[in-house]
Amino acid sequence: MSDLLQLAERIVGQARPGEQVEVFLGRSHHTEVKVFDGAVESLSSADTQGVGVRVIADGRQGFAYAASLEDPIIAETLDEARDNAGFGTVDEFLGLAAPDGVEPVDLDLFRPELSAFPTERKVEMALELERAVRAADPRIRGVESADYGDSVSESAIASTEGVRATTRRSGCSIVASAMAGEGTETMTGSGYSVARTPEDLDMAKAVKDASEKATRLLGARKPPSRRLTVLLDPSVSASFLGLLSSGLSASSVIKGRSLFAGREGEPVAVPFLTLVDDPTEPQAWGAGRYDAEGLASRRNVLIQDGVLQGFLHNTYTGRRCDQPSNASAVRGGYRSTPGAGSRALSLTPGDRSQEQLMADIGEGLLVQSVTGLHSGANPISGDFSVGVEGLLFRDGAPAEPVREATIASTLQRMLLDLVALGGDLEWLPGGAAGLTVVIGDVQLSGS
Amino acid sequence: MIDEAVVQRVLTAALRTGGDFAEVFAEDRRASSARMDDGKIEELTSGRDRGAGIRVVRGDTTGFAHTSDLTEEGLRGAAEAAGAAARGGGGGVREVALTRQENPQTHEVQILPDDVPKARKAELLLKADEAARASGGAIKQVGATYGDSHRKIMVANSDGLLTTDDQVRTRLMVSCVASGDTGMQTGYEAPGRTIGFELFDEVDPADVAREAARRALVMLKARPAPSGTLPVVLKRGAGGVLFHEACGHGLEADLVGRDASVFRDKVGTQVASPLVNLVDDGTYAREWGTYAIDDEGHPAQRNTLIENGELTDYMWDHLRARKAGRTSSGNGRRQSYHHLPMVRMTNTYVLAGEEDPEEIIRQTPYGIYCVQLGGGQVNTATGDFVFGITEAYMIENGEITHPIRSANLIGNGPEVLRAIDAVGNDFDTWTGTCGKDGQGVPVSSGQPTLRVAAMTVGGTAA
Repeated sequence: MSDLLQLAERIVGQARPGEQVEVFLGRSHHTEVKVFDGAVESLSSADTQGVGVRVIADGRQGFAYAASLEDPIIAETLDEARDNAGFGTVDEFLGLAAPDGVEPVDLDLFRPELSAFPTERKVEMALELERAVRAADPRIRGVESADYGDSVSESAIASTEGVRATTRRSGCSIVASAMAGEGTETMTGSGYSVARTPEDLDMAKAVKDASEKATRLLGARKPPSRRLTVLLDPSVSASFLGLLSSGLSASSVIKGRSLFAGREGEPVAVPFLTLVDDPTEPQAWGAGRYDAEGLASRRNVLIQDGVLQGFLHNTYTGRRCDQPSNASAVRGGYRSTPGAGSRALSLTPGDRSQEQLMADIGEGLLVQSVTGLHSGANPISGDFSVGVEGLLFRDGAPAEPVREATIASTLQRMLLDLVALGGDLEWLPGGAAGLTVVIGDVQLSGS
Repeated sequence: MIDEAVVQRVLTAALRTGGDFAEVFAEDRRASSARMDDGKIEELTSGRDRGAGIRVVRGDTTGFAHTSDLTEEGLRGAAEAAGAAARGGGGGVREVALTRQENPQTHEVQILPDDVPKARKAELLLKADEAARASGGAIKQVGATYGDSHRKIMVANSDGLLTTDDQVRTRLMVSCVASGDTGMQTGYEAPGRTIGFELFDEVDPADVAREAARRALVMLKARPAPSGTLPVVLKRGAGGVLFHEACGHGLEADLVGRDASVFRDKVGTQVASPLVNLVDDGTYAREWGTYAIDDEGHPAQRNTLIENGELTDYMWDHLRARKAGRTSSGNGRRQSYHHLPMVRMTNTYVLAGEEDPEEIIRQTPYGIYCVQLGGGQVNTATGDFVFGITEAYMIENGEITHPIRSANLIGNGPEVLRAIDAVGNDFDTWTGTCGKDGQGVPVSSGQPTLRVAAMTVGGTAA
């Protein structure tokens, strides 16, 4: 048994009669290398650990956390959580998860090689990344950033209800941002690769993406406003799935903040759209054996053939809706209580490549990146308006690059205005997979 | 927090691999929050973050390590890791003599939130809930969060600096959902200050809640925002975020230094309309981005960035200033001891001008009037930025008419700064969190009512 789980059990053992206590412990080691102009700008290495304690007593909940696993601080944290529980509102549906008999699937999320990978090699990778981006195209003027980062982390959850769960994972990434252009014109593009171990990082892809995305925008202008068909690049469509995610949380539904509330069994999207959250998918970056309350992860179909099937539940929302949790508790580490949400969303892909879709559609805008998602998209009303950079295409072939423009619609309309889904599904860092998405009749705002 | 003699020995250990500069940043932060949603106090949370970050600089390379273990052994471990990361060749022993620096305080904290009974914090939320729901039957949901933090920091470095600061912040956030024929709309209001619980001597939670509710109700009547290029009038306070994005980030010396800013090599030149005077002021008493010292121990300053449209200076942290052979401007900040400091804004605002704000609206035949903005984002290398509007109206024939639905506005920093053609004689500020490179820090921005002659509004109406 891991020492973290032992520690978690020891804290749970201090529960008083009538108390439910859940302990979440996390520990990780990170390394980050930033290079600039052929030299190491910074090299950080750090260990982080923390504890989050949830206490439910007399139908009320309290929580406390600390960024330390030292005994006196843990004791203070438990006391604080207990004290805090005295101030919550009594809610009969509050309660911790109890094991439900579902066995966790085995996932290969931890690769011991990462811990043994020497720091010098990490530095070399970051320097190599910067050199390669600079050399990729004569129009690359500079590299705004080139970073290598990795982390090895483990967590443990134990509770008075018998939950015992541990997770270990490793991950590393390289990311670079290229600047292209001369004189007063600058365009930027970023490229990255993520993997469980450095040997699996795809440097060539990161370099190619950063270089191509920056250079193909050279000469970009603000386009005239008009309605047109847009193709969302996989990284962009993954961001939009993230926006939909909040409406699919049962917590949003219960609190009247979901644009999907009351729509179960109804068509909410075009018939060729199927949306699944599957944290047992090994390729998903958000994959995990357990959810944030320690129940075994499982596959949940949210929209099948355009029809809304159901929502993402944790234990609390399940009890509110008289159904079991579907193991969709999520939390941002030891600092917060579990909410209900997605970890590994994906759309069932179509069969055409981005190029084929462009050729078949003929005319439109390929959106390469979006800005202002957090300020211009309202997942409750569904209104969205985001800044875009990308390429207009005509007669199926790329034409003028575009910047300083926005696209706007509502999430509800977008799901019904879908024209096609690409076959180019790729798992991206974060909680979703992306693929090329084609949407008809979207308002582009420019000059 | 840490004994002076221990700090001295840790700095010596950090320099052993030949570093030019070493620093110990220690932090003990206690935070408490209470969250009300769906008519219930869901939970109170208490948090404790205590630890130290140690950096060693050698040439252009910084080594950094942090630890939550504040014993001498724990700190030495981090110092050695940071020293090894900076990979010095030579080395030897360099003793550091520390001199304690006292810092002027911009204001006193009256009521430490740690001393306030938890029940009183929870009561504020119930009061907010009641007031919001009483604003109208269309208000279907209310969420409110109270949060306070007490952050004690200590900074010591191999230049001999030893200094401390206590930073107390208190905030209330209320969000409402209103429901009507057009679906759901939201309203949000979130005042915060760098003060203690006395915030509620001047801020009534019921007023905050009514404002959030009013906004959600107004938005129910909103029509689609226009699409295209229009004059944009920004109400006092609301539009400060425009400057934060349009030029604030581009004036951070670290981004300038890596050639990732459109404002590089522009000091001494006209970068904005002559009506624009922009300052970044960490000494602005009680504001959300205020402190006595930054996270490198440098006292906060009031820095003029743009004077009558001319760029006068960038913002600086210790490293960038040292490289340029000047002093820091007190803008070296970090989210916590887990992070390296970098150049960050504090309270960034445009000084009031001379025009009557109402006259600015009257002189606008057709455009939009923004009352609340919802954050933004900028690409400093291209200067293109966006910001969201969460309460805005059409201006038609010089009069404010109907509300418009939320949308992003997009522009290019240097172009928008030059397009400012009216600046009012009023002023207000706005509280927010600024994100950069994965680190969030409290900031405020401010401005008088002003007009941008043309910006692209990203709505759906033709």
